[in-house]
Amino acid sequence: MTQDLLMQWIIILPLLAIPGILLFHKKPNLREAVTLIIGGLLLIAVVAFYQGFDAGEAPYVHWWELLPGLDIAFRAEPLGVLFSLVAGSLWLVTSVYAIGYMRGHGEANQTRFYVCFAIAICGVIGLAFADNLFTLFVFYEVLTLSTYPLVTHAGTDKAKQGGRVYLSILLTTSILFFLLAIIGTWHEAGTLTFTAGGVFDDATSKTVTAVLLVLFIFGIGKAAVMPFHRWLPAAMVAPTPVSALLHAVAVVKAGVFTILKVCVYVFGIDLLADLAVTDWLLYLATASVLLASLVAMRQDNLKKRLAYSTVGQLGYITIGALLATQAGVLGGAMHIVAHAFGKITLFFCAGAIMVAAHKTEISDMRGLGKTMPITMIAFFIGSMSIIGLPPASGMWSKWYLFMGTLEADQLAVMIVLMISSLLNIAYLLPIPMRAFFDGKGSVVSIQRNQIKEAPWPSLLALSITAIMTIVFFFWPHVFYGLAESLAGVAGGTNG
Amino acid sequence: MIQHLPILQVIIPLLAAPICFILKEARLVRWFVLIANVMAFVISIMLLQQVNLHGTLVYSLGGWEAPVGIEYRIDELNAYLLILVTSISTITLMAAGKSLTKEIPESKITYFYIAYMLCLTGLLGIVTTGDAFNVFVFLEISSLASYTMIAMGNDRRSLWASYQYLIMGTIGATFILIGIGLMYMMTGTLNMYDLAERLPEVEHTKTVFTAFAFFLVGVCLKLALFPLHLWLPNAYAYAPSIATVFLAATATKVAIYVLLRFIFSVYGFEFSFSHLPLTEILVSLGLLGVIAASIVAIYQTNIKRLFAYSSVSQIGYMILGIGIGSKTGLTATMLHLFNHALMKSAIFLALAGVVYRVGSVNIKAFAGLGKQMPWTMAAIVVGGLSLIGVPLTVGFVSKWYLVLALLESNWWPIAVLVMIGSLLAIAYIWRLVEVAYFKPALQNNQSYKEAPLAILIPAWIFVIANIYFGIDTSFTVGVSEKTAELLFGGAR
Repeated sequence: MTQDLLMQWIIILPLLAIPGILLFHKKPNLREAVTLIIGGLLLIAVVAFYQGFDAGEAPYVHWWELLPGLDIAFRAEPLGVLFSLVAGSLWLVTSVYAIGYMRGHGEANQTRFYVCFAIAICGVIGLAFADNLFTLFVFYEVLTLSTYPLVTHAGTDKAKQGGRVYLSILLTTSILFFLLAIIGTWHEAGTLTFTAGGVFDDATSKTVTAVLLVLFIFGIGKAAVMPFHRWLPAAMVAPTPVSALLHAVAVVKAGVFTILKVCVYVFGIDLLADLAVTDWLLYLATASVLLASLVAMRQDNLKKRLAYSTVGQLGYITIGALLATQAGVLGGAMHIVAHAFGKITLFFCAGAIMVAAHKTEISDMRGLGKTMPITMIAFFIGSMSIIGLPPASGMWSKWYLFMGTLEADQLAVMIVLMISSLLNIAYLLPIPMRAFFDGKGSVVSIQRNQIKEAPWPSLLALSITAIMTIVFFFWPHVFYGLAESLAGVAGGTNG
Repeated sequence: MIQHLPILQVIIPLLAAPICFILKEARLVRWFVLIANVMAFVISIMLLQQVNLHGTLVYSLGGWEAPVGIEYRIDELNAYLLILVTSISTITLMAAGKSLTKEIPESKITYFYIAYMLCLTGLLGIVTTGDAFNVFVFLEISSLASYTMIAMGNDRRSLWASYQYLIMGTIGATFILIGIGLMYMMTGTLNMYDLAERLPEVEHTKTVFTAFAFFLVGVCLKLALFPLHLWLPNAYAYAPSIATVFLAATATKVAIYVLLRFIFSVYGFEFSFSHLPLTEILVSLGLLGVIAASIVAIYQTNIKRLFAYSSVSQIGYMILGIGIGSKTGLTATMLHLFNHALMKSAIFLALAGVVYRVGSVNIKAFAGLGKQMPWTMAAIVVGGLSLIGVPLTVGFVSKWYLVLALLESNWWPIAVLVMIGSLLAIAYIWRLVEVAYFKPALQNNQSYKEAPLAILIPAWIFVIANIYFGIDTSFTVGVSEKTAELLFGGAR
């Protein structure tokens, strides 16, 4: 199969699961089998695609022209391939996890759940391979709308409220700022196609590009740059597999992916480095990191704490893009992968604790390590990756991000990043520590006999992601290679 | 035969109306009316072909040449609108048989069809004619017919709504008549083509300004430009559903056509935009309409009223596009004319289905309908997404052009306001979505079935059109750009 064809298959593949899921809506086992089979096929496909891409092929597919010059088209480039690898592999793992969780929790409307999930994955893959801003925007909105029913899954007033915040912030930012920025770019540059080194020529006024950059950074609400981060904690009302895949991986990563893509392929890092406004946005992102970490400290609800931690970690990637240096871009791209695997592990663990022990508050989790050792060890590994300690993959991305701050002479940013890492330690590590060493007289120790480990599919999933986190510390080559070629593309113009 | 097409377009529905009266039997009438509509639709397609082949068609009524007799002129703009009106009218009629039985007493159904055909005659006449006074006559035919249709609604308030519309509509028509009268006084002609030639000679006189002002206000009343929209929400909300679909999709569009024709073809761009502050007036009123009507829409509990207010705000977008006074702006208006007709037809037809099954369009009645009437609600949701302007629906295409036109004129703040308008649309659509999909059904209405196919299929034709023309834009954008070109080139 040629790479062009394979790329289209990868985009469409998740949608093919839908008829099967709908057909077997009365037979849960068959229904989940459909998801797993398609998920498996997708994983094989993205890996095969990566190998072809690594061998030097650069596929391009043009579907149709919507308006003159405005195309739905796809092209593989390093960052997109990297993102598709992450999303493609984690969909399968999450599906395994979801089977355990959704059944263990006795959730209703599971058919709707799996259908929306598949559409969301299609949105992510389409976004990853988008050749121009317009195609990207289409899939960006597909992702927003398809995840809305997932967020409101429970149908309670609280879920509806959360869904309202989720949808209103994401749609508001995307229509008010992002779309305006896209039309503005089209008006100024005459093209929306991602081009190495940027699309604006020297004649474009700096004021206009500065305004556009601001619109882009705020418009990509999925990247959760403060003050548009509120949707992320609000979306935590969703079932945990949704939170895990969509809010630690797909949706938020789609946001920072878009920011990286816009910075590298629309503006080009040379232009970014020239704009005064870049520095201000950089400081905003830095403040966002620090504030989010501080807020996370104060959360007792585990999922909320993880959500704020995500806001902070997304800030790292935004910072990487806005540093406008090769190392920054490299670090940002690496962090997409590292944070994805680390954070999904943490969310899986949170869900496992909820299903098995019915605990959502951190203060109730003391002593849980004895009864749920696998979950808690996985949690520990995930935490290390988020903090950036070896031997977990988070270390590499932070390494390059620090180098990026040095290259860009942004010492203040570096110091904040370091403080934030310390805060990460303070709000993540105590959870597994207390689970193992501080069990006396806790709620858990009284209920010890009733609590078991989570259902095996969930346990399997969280073990896989935890192991992958460590594996990527020792063998980061695949992702490093892709991130490096992205940095190469970014720095292509300034030599 | 071929050369008589322009008059056949109008005469067929006109003759069909009295024949309905002879046929009497409601079922017979229904089929007859449908056939007449299909014929009108076929004629409009043939007309477009003719226009594409030979350029502007000129037809002299009764063989009397222009200054004496009435002349019908059809260029691309007219042909495009004729297709829009006849196609929507035909598809809407397919649903009429089922929908009317629930909403109108058996004995009045024949009269409804007669009014419908007369209204269609009026609208088609406005579009085909090249005579200013003839525009007024047809405008009155269509208006009187629509007052009748609205009054037939089974709610007592529909009488009041119809009366309100009658008063406002008559004021509007009088203004238009005064305008036309003054133009005639100054130029001695009623033929639009001649008017366009003679007006420049007298364009600095106060009388011509006055004529233009009267005419403008009258037409804006007819097309429900904010703040002259007061008749519209009640009229749409309490009319029988089929009448709402038809009026929402076509009547205001035809009024906008009249506006375009007089601003650009008769008076000319130069006069309208240089001598008068038309840009300021239209842009500010359009924007106000977009924002104010959307906000009001958010607070409606009657869903038909909600979408009626949404129509007022969408008309604001079209007027805004005209007000920009650039080719791109006009393209945006033309696109939105077509696209908005598709959106609202889909939504109001789906609502007709809801009325048929549930009997109410109060927001409370929608609880749980997402599960019970999935296809009907899906039609409303797609129509709503299109209103918001989500990519791959028609709404996105027109919004794209509108914002682009604003940026070309360097009006960034207004572009932001337009985007805010879209956000308000999200607010009112999502209120409905939440109730329909996430609220459990009320105790006593657990068992609504899907709307009948006779209503569902026409609704979905429009839904699919919403998506199709959002993906393949070559036809709509092509025609819109051509007509914008035409209007700017000046038919003078």
